[in-house]
Amino acid sequence: MKTWFFAIALLSVSGAASAGSKIIATGGVTTIEGNAGGGIVPWAVINGYASSNEWSATAFTGRVAINNFTLQSTGVGISLDNTWEFSYARQHFALKTIGGSLSQDIFSIKYHLTGELLYSALPQISLGVQHKRNRDFTLPAAVGAQRATGTDVYLAASKLLFNQVAGRNVLLNGTLRATKANQTGLLGFGSASDKHYQFLFEGSAAIFVNYNLAFGIEFKQKPDNLAFAAEQHWRDVFVAWFINKNVSLTGAYVDLGNIAAQGSQTGYYLAMEATW
Amino acid sequence: MVKHSVLIGACLMLLACSNATQPNLYQRLGAEDGINAMVDGLLYEIEHDQRIVHHFADSDIGRFHAKLAEQLCQLTGGPCHYSGSTMQESHTGFNISLADYDALVEGLIKVMQRQQISITDQNALLALLAPMYKDISYR
Repeated sequence: MKTWFFAIALLSVSGAASAGSKIIATGGVTTIEGNAGGGIVPWAVINGYASSNEWSATAFTGRVAINNFTLQSTGVGISLDNTWEFSYARQHFALKTIGGSLSQDIFSIKYHLTGELLYSALPQISLGVQHKRNRDFTLPAAVGAQRATGTDVYLAASKLLFNQVAGRNVLLNGTLRATKANQTGLLGFGSASDKHYQFLFEGSAAIFVNYNLAFGIEFKQKPDNLAFAAEQHWRDVFVAWFINKNVSLTGAYVDLGNIAAQGSQTGYYLAMEATW
Repeated sequence: MVKHSVLIGACLMLLACSNATQPNLYQRLGAEDGINAMVDGLLYEIEHDQRIVHHFADSDIGRFHAKLAEQLCQLTGGPCHYSGSTMQESHTGFNISLADYDALVEGLIKVMQRQQISITDQNALLALLAPMYKDISYR
């Protein structure tokens, strides 16, 4: 964490590291699952600043701290041609009050199908796949999860609308996800009674105060497969600061509902991203 | 505090209503002088941008300046009539890529920031220029 902070501080003052041609903030930030997006919702944008015939690399770390749990998520990504995004993230979910932890790896690919976030009337539309693997299935199995691995597929549409609210630009995003994941996969996939994919909606809206600073909200619909505890939808209010094309910081207030029969889980999210 | 804000808000609304002719974007950008300065700035950015300068190697810079100024004037509501060729015509054969377009937009943003154009006016101009991508790119 300290070395990370140092590296990012260095990048933000140097500003010399090369970045691609895309306009600042158009790569979004990185979600807890490692994809370009907001904090919890993957967007249609491709991570980093690689425009046509360019490539870029991203690295991020983020921490969610809620009443009874913490989630640490760290990952890397490579983007090509503003078309392909390949990413890997590892999540570590600590059960502060119950004791123990959950962990999973997430391998993702996103493909930009059509539209350009800034330049076309059509929203930018991308298709994404996330392959998730529990690193220890003991606890998920104990609470009724069927499988230790799962694959989510999502279709996302994102559009930046210029000059909308008080002359500011607004970003809208809608994502449709097919998933079997329990608590995004941290509690495994499916259950004895719910084995099938469900289609769920996720959405984000943000307003850019200027090129570098955005305020937004997010909503993520969740399945409820496990009998031992009800799973609830997630929501957050965030601020993202794109210091330059190499560094961004995100902060959020999150409401993740009940988790593992522990009452209302609210708290904060802090993340940093570095882009080359 | 709230009372003050309401009072100030009411005054502003009165001012807005009494001022029947709101300045349009052309005027807010500084009319002819402002547009010319913006085009000068953009040419400077292009000249110093290795990513895109090659596209202008054979351009008549004087003509480019005049036509772009005219186009921006008309587009923002100024008293001009753009007399140049269509965007499709003037970019055919250049194969302008997304990265080229991004580079030019980034250059324009730099210029607008340098000229201290308000963020709302910057966004208003970008809203007019961004959709031209489909006529300019990959031709």
